[in-house]
Amino acid sequence: MNNQIQTLTKTMKTGNGRRKLTIAVTGLNNIDSPGPGIPVIRGLKEAASFDVRIVGLAYENLEPGIYMHDMVDKAYQIPYPTVGHDTLLARIEYIHAQEKLDVIIPNFDAELYSFIKIQPRLEQLGIHMLLPTLEQFDARLKGKLFEFGEKYDIEVPKSSEVFSVDELAEKLKKYEYPVAIKGKFYEAGIAYSYEQAKSYFHKIGAKWGTPIIIQEFIKGQELNVTALGDGKGRTIGAVPMRKTYITDSGKGWAGISLGDPSLVKMAEKLISKTKWAGGLELELIKEEKTGKIYLIEINPRFPAWVYLAVGCGQNHPEALVRMALGEKIAPFKKFDVGKMFIRYSYDMICDMADFKKMAIDGER
Amino acid sequence: MKLKNDVATSESGFVFNAARGESFTTNPIGVDIIRLLKEKKEIADILESLEQQYEIDAATLEKDLYDFLKILKQYNLLEE
Repeated sequence: MNNQIQTLTKTMKTGNGRRKLTIAVTGLNNIDSPGPGIPVIRGLKEAASFDVRIVGLAYENLEPGIYMHDMVDKAYQIPYPTVGHDTLLARIEYIHAQEKLDVIIPNFDAELYSFIKIQPRLEQLGIHMLLPTLEQFDARLKGKLFEFGEKYDIEVPKSSEVFSVDELAEKLKKYEYPVAIKGKFYEAGIAYSYEQAKSYFHKIGAKWGTPIIIQEFIKGQELNVTALGDGKGRTIGAVPMRKTYITDSGKGWAGISLGDPSLVKMAEKLISKTKWAGGLELELIKEEKTGKIYLIEINPRFPAWVYLAVGCGQNHPEALVRMALGEKIAPFKKFDVGKMFIRYSYDMICDMADFKKMAIDGER
Repeated sequence: MKLKNDVATSESGFVFNAARGESFTTNPIGVDIIRLLKEKKEIADILESLEQQYEIDAATLEKDLYDFLKILKQYNLLEE
């Protein structure tokens, strides 16, 4: 409650009588495999309950969001998660001194651990976040997902973690081909033989490190749900989607919202059992033979297609910010079915001065 | 034979399965069949209605109707 009062007194009212919040957002890499930053910002800009000043937090000087002045009011470089969370905290403290941040929305899996670690300190500074706990974050890691499913009575394909090629051969004996071979954070391939599995092991392992995850392959329709939990077991919103156009690298370039209640129920069950706080994306497969829904992956943040939820009438980023500020909000009751998203790429012509500022000063 | 509840159709022949996010197009005869299915008509009634509308012999009509229903089933548009 104290936090809420502090926040409300701190926030400025704009000309239209609405409060103005300063929100920092990561994931500005709006590339062919886009981060969720820009879609989240679009949701925030369309928020009905507040106006917003956006502070973009970027890892690379060429993240497109830095140059999108209509989306990002001010951009700062932040250190990579591998540098450690103390360095991140020091950088956020500097940014906070300039910007007086109200909320931060981290949008990368790889940075979440650091943000969860520094959350108590940021709360003391008056910067709010709505994030899963470390236990929740760890429990849904790809290598542990099978145990997660057993614990919460959710169907999950069998999986194993593998650290070496010798171990790969041994563990594969327990599986039938095809199998899915997945990186611990990103990338996956479907292997139809040991040779293919080995090739994926080396390719994905070289890029993302070990463990590599072997997962039983379920034949069926791949579906996704973007959802938001309040941390107390309540689902604030959930919108299911099927990708209707997939790029060579397996990313959805177009998709459509679905009216399948069993998918929303799956999200509600998972959020209720885990008491998940914050945004998440469920990757699911509806098995062709049985109609059973299997949980393939939980991404612990909003997906890059979260703006489809906004377009369907559920502004998840706005709801997340309000909850982060301690407000009680009612769950969304409905969403539009049959709404489509289609991505496009767009060449911005940018001023060299912005690049120079980011490269030299670490901000623009 | 029943069309799934979450299947939406238009007079122009656009068929949308909201649960699966899949869309299809069909010709005017397909539109008629789907409309009759939506009205919960039995196969015999559908055959009779189509026979009155189109110049076709009963055997061919029946075969074509069952072929079309098979396609609808294959595309997950009919209840089990």
